[in-house]
Amino acid sequence: MDGTLFRSVNKFFIIAFCLDIKSYKSFMHRPDSFFLATKMAAPLTLLLIVAVTIRAVLFRSSLAELISARVEVVSPLNAWKRVVEGLALLDLGVSPYSGDVFHETPLMIYLFHFTVDYAEIVFIVTDGITALALYLSIQTYNKDVFRKQKYALESDRYSADCLELLRSPKEMFYIPLKVAMFYLLNPFTILSCVAKSTCGLNNAIIALFIFCTLKGSALLSGILLALATYQSIYPLTLFAPALLFFLQRLYIPVNLRRSSFWFFTLQYAFMYVGSLVVITGLSFFLLGSWDFIPSVYGFIFSVPDLTPNIGLFWYFFAEMFEHFRLFFSCVFQINVFFYTIPLSIKLKEHPVFLIFMQIAIISIFKSYPTVGDVALYMAFLPAWSHLYRFLRNIFLVSCVLLACSALFPVLWHLWIYAGSANSNFYYAITLLFNFGQILLVADYFYAYLRREHHLTHGLYLKKKDGTEATLVLK
Amino acid sequence: CWGKQNLKSLLKLIVIALTPAAARDEFQEELVIRPLHSGDIYASFQFRTLWDTDFLQEGQKVSHYRLFPKSLGQVLSKFSVRELHISFTQGFWRTMQWGQPFIPSPPGAELWVWFHDTVSDVDGNWKELTNVLSGIFCASLNFIDLTNTVQPSASFKPLGLGNATDHRFLRYATLPREIVCTENLTPWKKLLPCGSKAGLAVLMKSEKLFHSSFHSQAVHIRPICQDEQCSSKAWELRQTLNVVFDLHTSGQGKKEWSLFKMFSRTLTEACPLASSSKVYVDITDNPELFELSPATPLLGQAVVLGDRRTYSVYDLSRAETFGQLRSFNLLLRWKGDSDMLRPLLHAERYVAGFGLQTGEIHTVIYNNHPYRAFPVLLMDSVPWYLQLYIHTLTVTSKSRDNKPSYIHYQPAKDRHRPHLLEMLIQLPPHSMTEVTVQFERALLKWTEYTPDPNHGFYVGSSVVSALVPSMVAMRTNFTQDQPLFSSFVPVKEESSYFVRVYTEPLLVNLPTPDFSMPYNVICLTCTVVAVGYGSFYNLLTRTFQVDEPSPPLSKRLANLIRRMRGVPLLT
Repeated sequence: MDGTLFRSVNKFFIIAFCLDIKSYKSFMHRPDSFFLATKMAAPLTLLLIVAVTIRAVLFRSSLAELISARVEVVSPLNAWKRVVEGLALLDLGVSPYSGDVFHETPLMIYLFHFTVDYAEIVFIVTDGITALALYLSIQTYNKDVFRKQKYALESDRYSADCLELLRSPKEMFYIPLKVAMFYLLNPFTILSCVAKSTCGLNNAIIALFIFCTLKGSALLSGILLALATYQSIYPLTLFAPALLFFLQRLYIPVNLRRSSFWFFTLQYAFMYVGSLVVITGLSFFLLGSWDFIPSVYGFIFSVPDLTPNIGLFWYFFAEMFEHFRLFFSCVFQINVFFYTIPLSIKLKEHPVFLIFMQIAIISIFKSYPTVGDVALYMAFLPAWSHLYRFLRNIFLVSCVLLACSALFPVLWHLWIYAGSANSNFYYAITLLFNFGQILLVADYFYAYLRREHHLTHGLYLKKKDGTEATLVLK
Repeated sequence: CWGKQNLKSLLKLIVIALTPAAARDEFQEELVIRPLHSGDIYASFQFRTLWDTDFLQEGQKVSHYRLFPKSLGQVLSKFSVRELHISFTQGFWRTMQWGQPFIPSPPGAELWVWFHDTVSDVDGNWKELTNVLSGIFCASLNFIDLTNTVQPSASFKPLGLGNATDHRFLRYATLPREIVCTENLTPWKKLLPCGSKAGLAVLMKSEKLFHSSFHSQAVHIRPICQDEQCSSKAWELRQTLNVVFDLHTSGQGKKEWSLFKMFSRTLTEACPLASSSKVYVDITDNPELFELSPATPLLGQAVVLGDRRTYSVYDLSRAETFGQLRSFNLLLRWKGDSDMLRPLLHAERYVAGFGLQTGEIHTVIYNNHPYRAFPVLLMDSVPWYLQLYIHTLTVTSKSRDNKPSYIHYQPAKDRHRPHLLEMLIQLPPHSMTEVTVQFERALLKWTEYTPDPNHGFYVGSSVVSALVPSMVAMRTNFTQDQPLFSSFVPVKEESSYFVRVYTEPLLVNLPTPDFSMPYNVICLTCTVVAVGYGSFYNLLTRTFQVDEPSPPLSKRLANLIRRMRGVPLLT
């Protein structure tokens, strides 16, 4: 009796939902330009104007110089001062890679050789491009999610009582805008842009890679992924989520015994490796030497520069015993790449969330992280706003991250300028900051898995004796 | 008795007959005393050993040494050294108060060597050579390695024969932190033919020499011409020792000094092996300003550092110099004050900025010549842990940008190579030129710090080399009768003379890690990484399940017994 009543009520809701979907779909199927022009263009334009204004004002203020010297914002890998130094070395007829100051890739030299006088514009535009790419990616992703949700609903794959968990177009409508806003107005991004950290460019390449992947262009995705890898090695791990996404999009099952799987994997790998080879070869022809390989990638892997930053490497390797150095640098570097395979297995149905996880892990565990890296994965947080109800310690984590961000400059000042603190103070804050980031990412991962569990098993679980049950990980 | 004499002379004859045509060698010693304008006394010893032989000739093994120290000769031939200059200095030469020294040297130890161009592994030879010299001079020269060695492209040309221009065979290193003391003086004295037993070297008592404002001892070895035609090579070993005594303050304001007061010794004889042994006293600056006793009728003139100087000369090889007491003690009494002198070229250096993150090196070079501009070569060798930013280099004279006409810059490699910056700057007349460059301080590994890390790290002096316009015509011809102190640097043209000025070394603080924490840091960082690993591992390997409370203990025990008995379990 109860069951039938529930079913009919459920049916009603689903029909209501489908109506909603139809309106959403008709909305979505309008031409993009029209769509942008009518509903979303205004806030997005406003956002871009605000973001550009903030950056332009900061560039013109005396703060710009202060910000560009902050160790949290620039690392030896991406400091603008070092780019200028590299160009100055080229002018003197010295190879920029003969010293240990310049660690940008040759293409970066080439880019800034022509645009060094317009660097501020380049960095503002780059941020705009990143935000736009993220906006469009999340829009595409949301459409995708919604479509899948509809099919799942129609095929009755969801548990009956999980209506609350379903996502409505209304709630999803502003998410792309929020993502763009989270990127453009995030103080971390602003600082990074004002410091002219080339991290912004790397972020743009990764954002464009995500956009091309979600749009389904395997060739462009491969090329951009190769470019991102070429810039900083670590995005190599994004190969797995991109591949999984394409396989899912082309309805190719992930089955090692299927030839179609291998065919596509090899095709994508070929595009990726091919572009990587082409880009590296191009760099060789630009400078006429392979000096950049040890100077860029050797520098990333062996961590010789122990300038403090927000990461875990600098103090660890400053204090390391000499005979353990090689061992631990291997362990720490493997740690960045290690999570790819288990995460890909666990999240093979959810490649976009996997991309988010990978970017977050890279930015936490990479050898020279800056706040610009943190800003990129934080931009995705609005896309997972539906997980909010399952987050366990979001309040704690936000407090930790905010407090740490405020304490970085304070303790740096106490150590370096006032001389009243020592390196341990700053180190403690980097530890806490990374701990907070780990908690945040793990929490989102937990929430995502939990929501997936509830979608299939129902939201209100009962124990055998009928009382309310609690979910545990076993 | 007669037979014994005969036997002796016979033996002598045999020895002479067996010795192959021995190469000519010669030893000269001299002491120059210059009363300085500041009231201090500058005493400069020079000992020169000349030997008409060639260590580097193929197939010729030099084994018979007379005046030339064997320990150095062997080193020269083993490492194919063409030229070697080494100096140990305690204190800083104050150019503004004291004028130019005869042979300048930077604080600490300085070593520069030109290798013969047949050497294939220059770095290997250099490494071994520094270790050998370290043993010979009891100094920490073994701390010279690739991280503080540079190859200047223009600042250090060979001073002896040969126009070597390929700076691949040149190595230059300084140890600004080296402390010079009596253990370095003793081996240096042992290189002299008479040791410290006779001649001028008896004056070198270390408790007096090191109780001074400035002390510098050096060894310079180079090949020179045997004669004016320059048909064959001779090797010259110059040992110099420069001291500045601050007798003005130690003499309770009475400006009066004597050899005995300075060295607590008087001279009694020349070194018997020396072909010439002289003491010069500079009396150019107002001969009426002080009174010198014993007075000497011998006056000499020499053109040195662009100036014609007059000297009272005391020849120690003549018996009358020592008088009836058989002892020679110079006495000088000041009668008035003199005005400050302004050296034509002067340089100083300091670090600007605060905090331990960045900084700026300022080098200020003064040209005090009233109307002549001249170019100087500035050389800076900065350790790798101060990361220079060459794009921040500015050179300003008279508040205008002064673009160097030549810049040679070699950026540092972490833990392998220091920065080398050389540039040619034109100094306008009567001007002050400021060279600034910014740097960033690196955080080092905890094992790379010195035992007193908060004392700071030394950066060697920068070197300013210049051809300064001379007031008087310089003598360009090579003549033997010049005093030693005026003949060290070869003069190529009459109108200018070569000067090298060393600036102060810098003391720079670096950020330090906590040296007591390696275990803690390793543990704490690993903990955070493990928290990350653990939470991901948890989420990756486990699945969500409904939490079923486990049955009470009594029930579990009962079920255990039931399972053993084979009876159906309780639910």
